[in-house]
Amino acid sequence: MAKTILTVDDSASIRQMVKFTLTKEGYNIIEASDGKDALAKTGGSKIDMVVTDLNMPNMDGITLIKELRAKPEFRFTPIIMLTTESQDSKKMEGKAAGATGWIVKPFQPEQLVTVTKKVLG
Amino acid sequence: MSADVHQEVFIQEATELLQELEESLLELDDNREDMELVARVFRAMHTIKGSGAMFGFENIAALVHSIETSYDLVRNGKLGITKPMLDYSLKACDIIKEMLTDPAMKADSPLALEISAFFTETGGQAPAKKVHEPVSKEALLVRQNLTTFRITFKPSPEILLYGSNPELLVKEVAALGEASVSALTTHMPDLNSIEPEKCYTYWEIILTTDKSENDVRDVFIFVQDESEININIIDDFTGGGDNLKRIGEILLEKGDINNEDLTALMDERKLIGEVMVEKGLVSQDALDAALTEQQHVRQIREQKAAAENISSVRVPSEKLDFLVDLVGELVTVQARLSQIAVKENNQEMLKVAEEVERLVWELRDNTMSIRMLEIGSTFSKFKRLVRDLSAELGKEIELVTHGGETEIDKTVIEKLGDPLVHLIRNSIDHGIETPQERIAAGKEEKGHIILSANHSGDSVLIEISDDGKGIDKAAVLKKAKAKGLVSEGTELSDKDVFDLIFAPGFSTAEKVSSVSGRGVGMDVVRRNIEALRGTIDIASVQGKGTNITLKLPLTLAIIDGLLVVIDDQFFIIPLSIVNECIEFNEAAHRSSSGRRIIMVRNELIPYIHLRSFFNIQSEAPEIQQIVIIELDGRRVGFVVDSVVGDHQTVIKSLGKAFKDIECISGASVLGDGSVALIVDVQKIYTGIE
Repeated sequence: MAKTILTVDDSASIRQMVKFTLTKEGYNIIEASDGKDALAKTGGSKIDMVVTDLNMPNMDGITLIKELRAKPEFRFTPIIMLTTESQDSKKMEGKAAGATGWIVKPFQPEQLVTVTKKVLG
Repeated sequence: MSADVHQEVFIQEATELLQELEESLLELDDNREDMELVARVFRAMHTIKGSGAMFGFENIAALVHSIETSYDLVRNGKLGITKPMLDYSLKACDIIKEMLTDPAMKADSPLALEISAFFTETGGQAPAKKVHEPVSKEALLVRQNLTTFRITFKPSPEILLYGSNPELLVKEVAALGEASVSALTTHMPDLNSIEPEKCYTYWEIILTTDKSENDVRDVFIFVQDESEININIIDDFTGGGDNLKRIGEILLEKGDINNEDLTALMDERKLIGEVMVEKGLVSQDALDAALTEQQHVRQIREQKAAAENISSVRVPSEKLDFLVDLVGELVTVQARLSQIAVKENNQEMLKVAEEVERLVWELRDNTMSIRMLEIGSTFSKFKRLVRDLSAELGKEIELVTHGGETEIDKTVIEKLGDPLVHLIRNSIDHGIETPQERIAAGKEEKGHIILSANHSGDSVLIEISDDGKGIDKAAVLKKAKAKGLVSEGTELSDKDVFDLIFAPGFSTAEKVSSVSGRGVGMDVVRRNIEALRGTIDIASVQGKGTNITLKLPLTLAIIDGLLVVIDDQFFIIPLSIVNECIEFNEAAHRSSSGRRIIMVRNELIPYIHLRSFFNIQSEAPEIQQIVIIELDGRRVGFVVDSVVGDHQTVIKSLGKAFKDIECISGASVLGDGSVALIVDVQKIYTGIE
């Protein structure tokens, strides 16, 4: 069965890029525009992986990661955060919150695929 | 001038690759979904491009680049194979061939530009993607700069809670090369205190790879802060094969045991690992891991040595020819040695002579087998020929080949190419009809040419058959009469009529097309085949097709022969066709009708006197021998004075002065230096028939 990936980003273009790249690789994509939206969309089908931006309105990525890790069904789910080079401290913060890995922006679609395959198997 | 040497090697390699490429492309035409073939095409293109640029063939690299990109897309399922694509690829092969002979040639001929434009268009602006090809073990082993790493990966117990799956990481590392993985459970707590969400296992991976330590480290990028990752080089294949580390050294190096404990133990002569476990110095787990490591390195080394050993050696064919000549001389000298030994009746020497004989035989067989090549490489050339010519003539023809694995002497194969091309061209041009004609004749639209090879005794049979319109006997006869090859009113059998085709200057095609020549063909073909000591036969049914059979000797250099004597002259009859030898009393067998027929075990066998055939004047002895041979399923006897025995015959040609002598196909030098003539049984047989 195709695995489902939740992409969380306030930038529609990033979301579209993630969706386009990963759909081609055979994954199902659910989009959310920020942390709140993401949490609202986690109730439905099982989500196998989350790709989230860190700076977002309403609820930022770090909070989202913490919220998700608190849910029993997300304890072991791979969560990848999108960071920029300058945000090394953010990266540590994200890891502390429970993120599995990160991708540094700007990134190539192939990088996304590589990381996805790495953590999802 | 070393650059030239490299270029030479590249040209050789590229020529082979091109041939393989052509084959793959043609197969791909039949089976466009075959990803294995696409991958082969891509690899060939890739290699040609890569090495081309390295050895100063930038023109080739430039041309191939866009093509390669397109096949990469196909390989990744983003593009389908189309006929124009294959056509252009084949044309590109031709251009590359030209470029190989002339490195100065630019990739800007109109055709080259057309090809580039075509593929750039189909290839689009595809992103230059990095391709991870799974490395096969065989491919890995022959690579250079291999290193064996010991990677210890101790994930933090909380790793699972970060959504990382350590098993995936271990597998990712293992996929980098040839790996042995041990999972260690030394840190596993008691069942009571286990927290199931924590990871207590750690892994030791022994990896042999051509990747660098950094590549390995990259795998652990997300977990390297929390986890303990140690990477050590344990074998870089620079040392000899004997310096495998001992188990104690491995454990010591890893810090599983300290030096004092180890030396203390060394005095006890038990298996060191077992002793350590007994004494509780290392755990069974640690020992197992170390043992795995030792075994891994040993195995990889052995396999690497084996892989390097089986790789083949390229030798210029002249050297091989020279070797065969030498073996030929050696066989002659050995015969002389045996003869002297027998004459002297020296037991010591006889023993040595026998030993030498055995060795020489083995040497001969071995040398001959080196020269044997599969005929398949010749066959594959014709696929292209058939494809191109049939397209040019507007015909649909499929070439089917059988028995490509049949082995035949290299020199025979080399000389076989031209005659085969001619015969196949004939089939395409004269044999197979146009699709319209075929439909009108109630046949399948697509014509077939079957090219097959198989062994038959000491010869190889090559058949070329088509399901075309066959040979029009009336037309052949008419033409022959018009050309004055046959006089009016003569009755000819089918075989005789077909034989007319081989007459010099004969061509039945109404028009001369660019495909089949101007009637210079078939007589030349026959001459070429006969020069190889072979025969050619035609069978044809009008409306059904034509079948041409070539019978060729396996080798041209040395045969097993039966040495016989007439008067004082030695003759050799090829042993492979000899059935039996029987004593023959002329007076007792003279039949009343004067016909020369002998009754052998209730079978009537015709015979001829080789003495009278070769016009030897002396009187025949009272008791003669008759050598019965079998040709084309029929038995014939040759009467000779006496039979000497079998003889390894090194065939020497008689030279230009005697080239017109029929019925003698060559000569051989005997042990005592005298000459034996090789009887061309086939010629004599057809002569008396």
